[in-house]
Amino acid sequence: MPIEVEGKTIETDEEGYLANLNDWTPAVAEAMAKEDGTELTDAHWEVINFLREYYDEYQIAPAVRVLTKAIGKKLGKEKGNSKYLYELFPYGPGKQACKYAGLPKPTGCV
Amino acid sequence: MADFDIPELKETLEIPPLKEDAMAHSKPYVAKAEFQEALGFPGELIDNWEDVAVKKLGELKGKFRSLQVFLDSCVKCGACTDKCHYFLGTADPKNMPVARQDLLRKVYRRYYTFAGRFFPKLVGAVDMTREVLDEWYSYFHQCSQCRRCSVYCPYGIDTAEISMAAREIMDAVGLGQKYCNEIIAKVHKIGNNLGLPEPALADTLEGLEEEVKDDTGVDIKFPLDVKGADILLVTPSADFFAEPHVDGLIGYAKVFHETGASWTLSSYASEAANFGMFIGSYENMRRVSRRIRKAAKELGVKRIIFGECGHAWRVAYSFLNTLAGPWDFLDPNYPVPQHICEYTWDAIQKGKLKFDPSENDHMTLTFHDSCNVARASRMGDKPGGQLEIPRNIIKTVCNNYVDMPENTIGEATFCCGGGGGLLTDDLMELRVKGAMPRMAAYKSVVDEYGVTNLAAICAICKTQFAKVLPYYGFTMDQIVSVHQLVGDALILSDAPSEDAGDEADDE
Repeated sequence: MPIEVEGKTIETDEEGYLANLNDWTPAVAEAMAKEDGTELTDAHWEVINFLREYYDEYQIAPAVRVLTKAIGKKLGKEKGNSKYLYELFPYGPGKQACKYAGLPKPTGCV
Repeated sequence: MADFDIPELKETLEIPPLKEDAMAHSKPYVAKAEFQEALGFPGELIDNWEDVAVKKLGELKGKFRSLQVFLDSCVKCGACTDKCHYFLGTADPKNMPVARQDLLRKVYRRYYTFAGRFFPKLVGAVDMTREVLDEWYSYFHQCSQCRRCSVYCPYGIDTAEISMAAREIMDAVGLGQKYCNEIIAKVHKIGNNLGLPEPALADTLEGLEEEVKDDTGVDIKFPLDVKGADILLVTPSADFFAEPHVDGLIGYAKVFHETGASWTLSSYASEAANFGMFIGSYENMRRVSRRIRKAAKELGVKRIIFGECGHAWRVAYSFLNTLAGPWDFLDPNYPVPQHICEYTWDAIQKGKLKFDPSENDHMTLTFHDSCNVARASRMGDKPGGQLEIPRNIIKTVCNNYVDMPENTIGEATFCCGGGGGLLTDDLMELRVKGAMPRMAAYKSVVDEYGVTNLAAICAICKTQFAKVLPYYGFTMDQIVSVHQLVGDALILSDAPSEDAGDEADDE
């Protein structure tokens, strides 16, 4: 299912994740979120940016505790938990946020 | 919340009125060529697939005597028909175990029995056609290989083995399932289902050490690749990555710390799960298992202990010696392998662990027996140990414990609905509907005894429940790891004294 972003057609896999990770731009994230009926706020971007930084360094999405800890450090302890992340990304921070951030879908028993 | 009907949770489990083909549309995404090939299968459906499929079936029935016995011995007594959670949740008659078996049996009869070869119509034998293959792809991915039906079958026919064979045949002709095969390819390449490389694993474990230090004031280690450690812990990679799994991992680390054990994880064998079993591929199951052997040898450990993972424990307990043995280089004073629950229970019995069960007083627990542990393995040295030991542990560390109804636990346990390689978003309808019998049993103890949480010892069960509980009016955090309960109640003997901490109990 390709998506249209700024006049360009971008390939995604069956589940809506980018087929080519280099195709990612902030506009791609916006377009994917729009399809799910979500408007990306600064709070979403904090998470998306962290995911991208982490992926750059480790070639994998961060584990949930790595993510909650990083968000807690940045935004305050009350936000450093998965409840906060599920409020932002109701389909699951691991999967929905990774999709918007242009990361591959985490696989396994997760 | 969903674009399908969510089954109603009734007080008694009823046999639903049949809905033919209710789940005929359900099929998982097909594996890409690169992952098929990484597992040694053709990249896509090959030209002469009909011949190859029939030959493969012949090969499998010769190799696994049990398969031929299962295909020959069914007398259509009907005892299995209402035992499958997918049938109970979907009402699709093809999800009756006997009907699922017949999808393969009818092809077997056509090519490998006298009556089927000469009088196919009389014995319900059919040719291997595209239609049959598509039906296989759909309905053999609606079996979580939980083996509940086999408990009630007077002949002990094991549908799991039949569905494994069907998946193996499909892989052999180039029609594989994306979820399982992509994951197995990652294990071959990186060492775990997630594709979590060593630096990320090291960083994650370091973060956990900091977190536990903040919580307890104690330096509890999560050692990685430590040569010369006594114990190699092999645990599902979900334990590093997801909730509530990670709280179980923290629990194991606390137990090892308190018992003074020398232990390590391995970045090379950073996965307990073995999806090779789900796809019925002996060769892939063997390749995955041999990583554990290699890691154990290289690290020079004396013992191997498995973390909370259901089918991993089946593979480990039942097949590890054949797949990756002999284990004569390990310490013969310990069973190979051991389950973390055996280790913890043994330490409890020897008085090495002290608990404050009131730490878990905000919960009333019940225990979900994971299918592969309950029906395909054992723990300890007595029959039924795999059912008793986890419960004994929970009852030691929690004051409030209630079992679910008897016909839904123990060897009669209902699958979580996500086992056997079906824990994927593209099968969500199946997963939600298949969870109905377990959810109904859970609801009965929630309503009657005020149960608040469900504990499990399987990464798949934990993820599945976190996902499906909300469909049935519960919350995702009601599923907990057994070793999370252990870790929370464990009194760490080197913890700083209570009044030094500024965070008082807020429960």
